[in-house]
Amino acid sequence: MNSPRIPSATTGTESGSASRFTATPFVRKKERREAAAKWIFFSMAAAMVLPLLWLVSYIVVRAMPSLSLDFLLDPPLRGMTEGGIWPALVGTIYLIVVALAISTPIGVLAAIYLNEYARENWFHRVISMAVINLAGVPSIVHALFGLGAFVYAAQFGYSVISAALTLAIMTMPVVITSTREALASVPRSFREACWNVGATRWQTIKAVVLPNSVGGILTGIILEVSRTAGETAPIMFTGAVFYKAVERGDFFPYQLNDQCMALSMHLFALSTQVPGVKPSLPFATAVILLGVVLAVNATSITLRVWLRNRKKW
Amino acid sequence: MSDTPAFSITTRDLNLWYAKFQALININVDIKHGIITSLIGPSGCGKTTLLRCFNRINERYTYVTTQGEIKLLGKNIYDPDVSLVELRKSVGMVFQRPNPLPISIYENVVFGIRIHNESRQSTRSDLDAAVEKALTEVGLWKDLKDRLNQRATGLQLEQQQKLCIARLLPLKPEIILMDEPCSALDVEGTRAIEELMFELKGRYTIVIVTHNMAQARRASDECIFMLMGEFIEHSPTAELFVNPKNPKTAEYIEGRYG
Repeated sequence: MNSPRIPSATTGTESGSASRFTATPFVRKKERREAAAKWIFFSMAAAMVLPLLWLVSYIVVRAMPSLSLDFLLDPPLRGMTEGGIWPALVGTIYLIVVALAISTPIGVLAAIYLNEYARENWFHRVISMAVINLAGVPSIVHALFGLGAFVYAAQFGYSVISAALTLAIMTMPVVITSTREALASVPRSFREACWNVGATRWQTIKAVVLPNSVGGILTGIILEVSRTAGETAPIMFTGAVFYKAVERGDFFPYQLNDQCMALSMHLFALSTQVPGVKPSLPFATAVILLGVVLAVNATSITLRVWLRNRKKW
Repeated sequence: MSDTPAFSITTRDLNLWYAKFQALININVDIKHGIITSLIGPSGCGKTTLLRCFNRINERYTYVTTQGEIKLLGKNIYDPDVSLVELRKSVGMVFQRPNPLPISIYENVVFGIRIHNESRQSTRSDLDAAVEKALTEVGLWKDLKDRLNQRATGLQLEQQQKLCIARLLPLKPEIILMDEPCSALDVEGTRAIEELMFELKGRYTIVIVTHNMAQARRASDECIFMLMGEFIEHSPTAELFVNPKNPKTAEYIEGRYG
C-alpha cells in the first residue's frame, strides 16, 4: 500500500526537512491581508465606543457645576433659570409607573394567549400584524392619536392619565413581542410533559411556562421603562407641561388628572424655550435622565444574568 | 369484534395528514391488553405518529388532520364526551428524550396528582406515600430517597427517564406509550428501562416505538411492522422475527433497508 509519492519521513535529507512547514511567499501575503482585515474590523468596533464615551463625558463635564443632591430635590427656581428638577423627575416616574400598570397586564396576557392558546388562523395573523404595525408607528403619530382620543374624545384633558395611556399604547407591542419571545424559549418538551399527565393549558402555563419565563418577561418590561422614560412627543401633546409648582422632595405632587412635568420635556424646555438658563442646567437634567435609563437597564441585565444562572436544563 | 375487551387499543381506517402529507394510511390494528407491543419500521414510516394518536397529543398542532376511529378499552376517543384531560390521565407517554420538569424530584412525581386534585385535597402524607410507591416501582427509591428535593434535571439520563415513567404511575394509567424511550440512553440504561418494562407488564398495556430491532425482539411480546405510513404486519414477536408473513417485513428485519 506504500505509495511512492509520499515522501518518507526517515529518508528526508537535512535540507529537505528544514524547508518543511515553512511559509511560502504566497502564505506570507495571505497573512498580511489577514492582519490588515483584522485591524480594520477591530478599529471600526472600537470606533463604536468612542461616541458613547464622548457623549457621556461631555454631558457629565458640562453638568458638573449643577450636579448635587439639591439639584435632584429642588423645584426649578426663578423662572426655571436655576434650581433643580424634582417635579420633572417625579413626573417621569409617575408616567412610567402608570403607563406600565396599563400596558403590562394587557401585553403579557395577550402574549400568553397568542403563544399558548391561539391557533394558526386568520384571527391570529390579524393580531400579529397589528402588533408588528403598531410597533412601527412613529411616536409623533401616537402623540396625535393620544391627543385626539384621550385628551379630547375621552375628555381626560391634558393629564397624567392621558399621557400614560398614550405611552401604554406605544409600549404595548414591545411588551407583547418580548413576552412572546420569553414564552417561546420554554422548551416544548416541558409542555408536552404536562399535557401528557392531563394538565390543562392553564395548569401548564401556571406550573411550568410562567415560572420558566418570568425572567425574560420582566427583562422585556424593564427595558420598556427606559424607552418610555425618554419619550417626549407623546407626553408633550397629552399631559406634560413646562412648569408645575411642586414642593421640594414631595413624592406625591400629582393627581391622575393633573398635568405634570417630565424630564425629557424639561430638558427640551430648558434648552430651547427659556432664556437665560444657567448653562449647566440642561446638561445636569440630561445626566439625570441618562442615569435613570442606565440604572433601569443595569437592573434588567443583572436580573437576566441572575435568572439565567439559576435555571439549569 | 373491535369491541373485544381483550384489546386495549383498536384503530379502524385511521388516516392522518400533516398539512398535505399523509403520514398514516388506513391503519387497522388491535393491540392486546396487558402485554408489550412494539411498533417497528424505518424512519418516517409513521410509528411515532401512530403512537401520538393514542392520547390525541397530535392535535396540539393545528396542521394535523385525523380521520377514522381509535378505540381505547372499547371507548372511541373521538367521542364528543371524551375529556382530553381524563384521556391523557389514563394514557401516559414517555418520550425519546427524558423530559423531567425543572422542579424537584418529589414535585415531578406528585405533579400529576396536583394537576388532578383541588389543592389541599391531598395531604402531605398521601403525597409522600405516592412518591415512595412510584419511585419504588421504577427502582429509584433506594438511590433517591435522601435527595427528593434536588432538581430532577440534574439526574443522570437513565434516572431521568425512569422518573418520567414514575411520574405517570400515581395517576394509575392503563396504557403507557413509549416513544423510543432508550434512544438517549447507553447500554446499561437501556437494560434498566427494559427490565422496568417487564416489571410493569401485566399491570399496564405498554406500546413502544423502537428503531432498535434487537430491542423489539428482546423486549416485546408482539410486533407491528409499518412502512411508508401503512400497516404491514402484526405478529407475535418470536414469529415475526423468525417467520415473517410479509416479504417486506422479511427484507426489513434482514436489514436490507432501514
